[in-house]
Order: sequence, then structure tokens, then C-alpha cells
Amino acid sequence: MSEQAFISIQNVDKYFGKFQAIDDVSIDIGHGEFFSLLGSSGCGKTTLLRMLAGFENPTNGEIYIDGQPMSSVPPHRRPVNMVFQSYAIFPHLNVRDNIAYGLRKQKLSKAKRYEMVDEMLNLIALPEYGDRKANELSGGQRQRIALARALILKPKVLLLDEPLGALDKQLREQMQLELRALQRQVGITFVFVTHDQEEALTLSDRIAVMSEGRVLQLDTPSGLYERPRSREVASFIGTMNFFDAKVREAKGPDLVVEAEGLGTVRGNSGDRHFAEGDTVQVAIRPEKFQLSEAKPNGGDPANAVQGKVGNAAYLGERSHFFVEVAGGGKPIAVSAQNKGVKSSSDDTAEDVWLSWTDESVVVLATD
Amino acid sequence: MSNKSYINRPNRPLQIYAILFLVFLYAPVMFLPLFSFNDSIYVRFPLNEFTFKWYGELFHREPVWNALMNSVKVGVATAICATGLGVFAAKAITRYRMPGKAPMVGFVMLPLVVPVIIFGVALLVLLSQLGIPLSLYTVTIGHMIICLPFSIATLLPRFEGFDGSIEEASADLGENAWWTFWRVTFPMVFPGILASLLLTFTISFDEFIMAFFLTGTEPTLPMYIWGQLRFPQEFPSILALASMIIAASFVIVFLGQWVNRDAAFAAAKKGD
Repeated sequence: MSEQAFISIQNVDKYFGKFQAIDDVSIDIGHGEFFSLLGSSGCGKTTLLRMLAGFENPTNGEIYIDGQPMSSVPPHRRPVNMVFQSYAIFPHLNVRDNIAYGLRKQKLSKAKRYEMVDEMLNLIALPEYGDRKANELSGGQRQRIALARALILKPKVLLLDEPLGALDKQLREQMQLELRALQRQVGITFVFVTHDQEEALTLSDRIAVMSEGRVLQLDTPSGLYERPRSREVASFIGTMNFFDAKVREAKGPDLVVEAEGLGTVRGNSGDRHFAEGDTVQVAIRPEKFQLSEAKPNGGDPANAVQGKVGNAAYLGERSHFFVEVAGGGKPIAVSAQNKGVKSSSDDTAEDVWLSWTDESVVVLATD
Repeated sequence: MSNKSYINRPNRPLQIYAILFLVFLYAPVMFLPLFSFNDSIYVRFPLNEFTFKWYGELFHREPVWNALMNSVKVGVATAICATGLGVFAAKAITRYRMPGKAPMVGFVMLPLVVPVIIFGVALLVLLSQLGIPLSLYTVTIGHMIICLPFSIATLLPRFEGFDGSIEEASADLGENAWWTFWRVTFPMVFPGILASLLLTFTISFDEFIMAFFLTGTEPTLPMYIWGQLRFPQEFPSILALASMIIAASFVIVFLGQWVNRDAAFAAAKKGD
């Protein structure tokens, strides 16, 4: 266990019968970090969160929170609190009693308890709501009350299980901002589960991308986006163009490859090692391509290819083009900001040049 | 255009069928109150004068009240025990993963379909082998077997009707299993518990076959009524007693249904 790690998940496996939900996962999460578990449904992210809360126990491995091993600690003794996907507001209690639920053991006076609840209601911007019944609340309000109910106990870690999933888009974006601000304000560690990659990128300090019970990559949002380590991560986060390629020259991580449809491409493979003659994948994000009518780079044919614009989609602030190039398989997705004023006559198929920089190229292993 | 859809169009033959059904179901029962107000010891038409005297007579008969109290004692004990066990069973069935759950549930619900007389004989043999004397306690044991499946069937929709994560939330907020049950589960399923108490009490109160095998020297009310049928002069006051029991049963069962009325909706609302 590293010195700074506040939560340390060490070599954890989880089996449900014969089904392996978690496969040898090790993650260290720092104090005060906003950490996200990202993956599609069934990838094990919720199981991992429930193991942190104590509702499931690891089959193998151990989870440490604040240095303490957790496997023999039941949920009600763990220094964590959770915001459930369904919010799990107690329907037979009003808002005040919901928020004060966990305070019973602290043996506070009624006045003190009410004071703490009012403080929380102010924090979540729902003052005067104390006497409301649980079924008189909207989705966003229930979400905030679930948050207040957990935060009033001053947990060391707050676990959030897709808390924004049930909200509509506008409210979700507002709650994302509020959640991030709240996390900075209270300064406790958040572990956030989501299947929404945009949400994870917006909120998190670091993200673990999960699939089939394993962590594919653990990185900062920009690290995941700019330097994905596998095709799975690259295609899960944002849009990515992939090209089959063969390594022509390899000098450490600096490679020169021949890519189908792009020609000669220079790129960096990070810590993945390839030798001459290996088949690899070249990946370039749509917005990293430069689209121009004239031949770019002062006529230099390197890092440029000519093609025809097939489908185009106008999205207001930006446009998506699908450019077909000679010798390439799928059309290349290109995203360009609409800086000039667009006229409808631009939509017709035309010859264009695509260019890119060496830095925007990611070289990955083939699947 | 008609605002009645295909599915809720009124259907005349079905309405007639429904009315006939209810008439055939309840008309025989209605003869009891009818003759209980009739001033004749013979149950036959034409009716004589209207009278309350059978009801009046009832109040002066000591054994009736003893039998009634016996039945109430057995009924209350049965209701509390069966509902208590039913709460544990329903909680286990809805909340825990366990091997062999389906056959276990089937086994617990079996008394619903196995003839009571078989259970009665079996219990009688067992109790006499163990040398346990027959008494109101043995009747209560027999009634618990009959009532447990009814209790579970009443409570299951209540437990299924609320999101299990509410109990997890309680644990997460620092309450152990006992406090979670007390502060969350119990208030949530309380209407179901009340309904189960009322239903199991009624079943025990009316039960005859089990009581026939297992009663010792103190008869329950159905046993007493059975005993009195031999004496024609006692019969009208038995009718009066039966009418009162019918009325009380109706009230109790409807009350039970009413307190538990939103269980079905709770199950449907689980998603939100």
C-alpha cells in the first residue's frame, strides 16, 4: 500500500457463483480525490462500489480505507456513506428525519440535530424543505437529500452510484457542477460510478475505465482521452478513427508506420513496445485532423492525404465530416469548428486534404 | 367517437354472470341471519314473528362465552405467532440469496393445498406419541400451520413492494440489522403486518377440522356450535351466534384489505 493512498483496493476478485464480476482489481485512491469508475453496464463498477460500502465482500484480496482492512467490517461500521442510484429516500419520513437518520447514535439534543439538518439544507440549497414528505420531492431534490443525508455524518469517503442517471440533461449538467463544487467545499474523497464518459471526464480527478471486471486504464481525464492505452478505451471515450498499420521503423517508442489510407505516419507508442514488421493500429481523434482545400504543409506530402467528403453533419458550433480516402476502409470521421459562416452549398462532395501532426497519433496494439 | 376502449366496454352477459355468482355465493349464508330473527325453533318457511329473543338468550349462556373466549385466545395467539414467523419468512424470501429457496418456499406454502384433515391427524398422532395432552395450546399449534402460508402471502407483496436499497441505506447510515428493521422495515411493512394479524385471526377463529382433532376439554367456538347442533331447541341461538360471527368476520377481513390496500401500488411504484 502506498503512503498517500486513502483507499487501497488490493488484488480484489469477486465471484457470484461461477460468474466473475471483478477480476484482480488493484486501485489506490488519494485523500480528497474525485475518483470515477467508468464502464458500460455489467462491467463490475457497481459491484466494486458496493464492496467499498460493505454490501458485498471480496472473494479474494483486501480493501483498506484509511489504513484499516475492511473485510471484517460490516456496512454500518464503515467510515463511508453512499448515495444510491435510486436515492433510497425513506418514504415514511419527512425530509428532516431523512437527513437526521444517521445521527441517532450521536445522542445529540433535538435542537442541535435540527441545527445540523438546517445547515445541510442550506448547503444543498433546499432551506424550508425540512417538513416536506419524501413523495413530494422532484428527482433533483431527492438526489440532493440523499447527498445531505450522507454528508451530515461527515464520512471519510462518499460513494456515489450513478446519482445523476435519473435526471434530465439540463438538471444533470447543473448537478455535475454543484457536485464538483461541493466536493471541493467539503474536501472528502468521492468515489463516483457512472457509465457516462462525458460526466466522468467533467467531474473526475482520475478515472478507472472498467470492462468485464477488469480495470483497462487508470488515468486522468486528459490522459484517457489523449493517450488511450488500448483500442477498447479509445473507442469507449469519445470518437476515434482507427487505421490498420505495419511498423516500418522502431526506435524505442518512436515509430514510423505504414497506415492504410494515410500512408507514412510517425507516432509514439508510449510504453508499448513494437518491433519492425509488427501489425499495429493507428488512432487519431476526429478533431485532430485539419481539413483544407489546398494542399497543406506547403505542398509537403508528409502527414497529409487527399480524399472526398461523403456525409456531413452540421451541429451548430461544429461540423462532422466523413472523408473517404483511397486505400482506406471506413470513411474517416473529421470534426471541425465552424469558424466562418457556413453556406449550404458547402455540403456537396468535394476534394479535400486532411493533415495531422505527429503528436496527435496514438499507436496501439491490434486486438 | 365512444370514449370507452375495447377493453372496458360494458359486457352485459358478464355482468349478469357476476351478479349470479355473488348471489349463489352469499345467499345461503344470508339464511343464517334471516332465521336468527325468526320466532320459531324450526328452520323452515314460512317465517313467523320477528324477534331478538335468540340473541337475548345467547347472552345468558355461560358455555357460549367460555367457548368464545377460548377461540379469541387461540385466535390472538395464532395471529401473533403466525404473523411473527411470516415476517421473518417473507423477509428471507425477498431479501436473501440462499440455496434451495424455491423448494423451501413451496414447502412452507404447502398447507394451503394439503387437506387440513391430514395435518390434523398427523399432529394428533405426533402429539399423542410425545405424550403431550390436548389443550388450547395444541389447537394453537395446529392453527399456526394453517395460518403461516396466509400470513406469508399477505406480507410478501409488502416486502417486494419496497426497494431493498432502502434497507441498505439504513445500514450505510450506521444502523445495524436490528435497528434497520425497527426504523425502516417495520414501518414500511406495518400495514401488511396488520392485515396479516386480522386475516390469521379470522382463519383461526373459524377453523373447525384442526380444532376437532386437537381440542382437549375446552372447546373453541366452532367446536361448541358443532356440539349444540344435536339439540333443536338450541339451534336458533346458534344461528344468532353465527350471524354475529359472520358480521365480525366481514368487518375484520375488509379492515385488513383496507389497511393493506396500497400494497399492489407500492409494488408497481418500486421503479421510481
